[in-house]
Amino acid sequence: MNRDNLLHIGRFIILILVQVMVLNHINFLGDLNPYIYIIFILLAPININKSLFLFVSFILGLTIDMFGDSGGVHAAACLIIAFFRPVALRSVFGLSYEFQTVKLSNIGLGEKLAYVTLMVLTHHIVLFSLEIFNFSHILLIVKKTLFSSLFTIIVTMLVLVLFRRTSDS
Amino acid sequence: MQQIINFLIRNKHSLLFLLLLFLSLIFTIQSHSYHKSKFVSSTNFLSGGIYGWQHSISDYFRLKKENQRLLEENEQLHNMVSALGVDSVATKFVDTVSFNRPYSFTKARVIKNDYSKIDNYVLINKGEKDSIFPDMGIITDKGIIGIIENTSKNYSRVISILNSNSRINAGLKKSNQYGSLIWNGKDPNIVQLETVPRQALLKEGDTIITHGRSTIFPRGIGIGTIVNYTLDQNKSYYLIDVKLFNDMTNIGFVYAIKNNDAREIKNLENLNQ
Repeated sequence: MNRDNLLHIGRFIILILVQVMVLNHINFLGDLNPYIYIIFILLAPININKSLFLFVSFILGLTIDMFGDSGGVHAAACLIIAFFRPVALRSVFGLSYEFQTVKLSNIGLGEKLAYVTLMVLTHHIVLFSLEIFNFSHILLIVKKTLFSSLFTIIVTMLVLVLFRRTSDS
Repeated sequence: MQQIINFLIRNKHSLLFLLLLFLSLIFTIQSHSYHKSKFVSSTNFLSGGIYGWQHSISDYFRLKKENQRLLEENEQLHNMVSALGVDSVATKFVDTVSFNRPYSFTKARVIKNDYSKIDNYVLINKGEKDSIFPDMGIITDKGIIGIIENTSKNYSRVISILNSNSRINAGLKKSNQYGSLIWNGKDPNIVQLETVPRQALLKEGDTIITHGRSTIFPRGIGIGTIVNYTLDQNKSYYLIDVKLFNDMTNIGFVYAIKNNDAREIKNLENLNQ
């Protein structure tokens, strides 16, 4: 248990550093960046204390905001996906989530992709709506959401597959 | 009372969610209005320190280009000095202590630069310790970068011209018509100059400079050249696309401009109120 906590704390710090020092400067095709720091929220333990989870997600987003000077947009987006994660889990994994038998480290590729897609899309819609904050730019919001989501989903899936834990913890 | 407490305990997750969401929305709304986004900012010691450390590594990869640019600037300054005439330079005594120059310049290094968002900021490695304060202008040798928005002890945050909240006074080099410089969020090399009266005679390729109508920038600092212009719906003002002299995606060293007469000018302006 203690080792698991350390793993999550380490993941939190490493994801923030990688995000703000490398991934925020990619600017692929002009302005596309993958936001993979939400892997922390994706892989948080299923039976985590809900209040703690909301609070930690908020702090995660706020830290990214602090580095990116973006006000509170990442904090809001993280908070919303953290709050709706049970809904996403239930809709993807169905019964096995209800009985808490899902292990996020060893699920099938299809289910993983569905789960990641659902979470990333929600996150990016909130993120870009708040970042642009102007309904006359709704096309820009949709465009940025779609392309960025695609980018994030690809990178996230790669990271999840490459850094999969082979041990049985 | 019991019921209220029960209600709070039953819904504590949702209430916490709403509270934090409210907080983040406040930060978001603050960040969309000029001069208010002080709370969540990268000028603090943690993010400033990490960006400074990162930049001290990545600096080495840019040295060659930076040297080239400094050489060009040196060449230009040498030309200007020689044009002044040797005598006047040699005999004129400049008292640097009493600040009798109207503007003084402080060099600084950019340690973070954004250009892909709608509201972009630049972080520089000088702060209050080096007497950098809000509302000072930031330029490179080629043209303007932005205006200091908030400062900490060692770092300051610059509101870049690539920010939808930025409004900078600028005008034509060849005449006195002026307008305000904005950015529509599309291309980081093209900014827009609006409310230039239609009496202005424009041509593609004309130079746009700062006009010195505020205490932030002195007159005559380059901004860019006109690439395109249209009249607005009322047919009374031009909307001009300006291609920047600076490559905003690649800024290394900058200068902060301090107007030594700013207080005097402000006092004079406030007399009427």
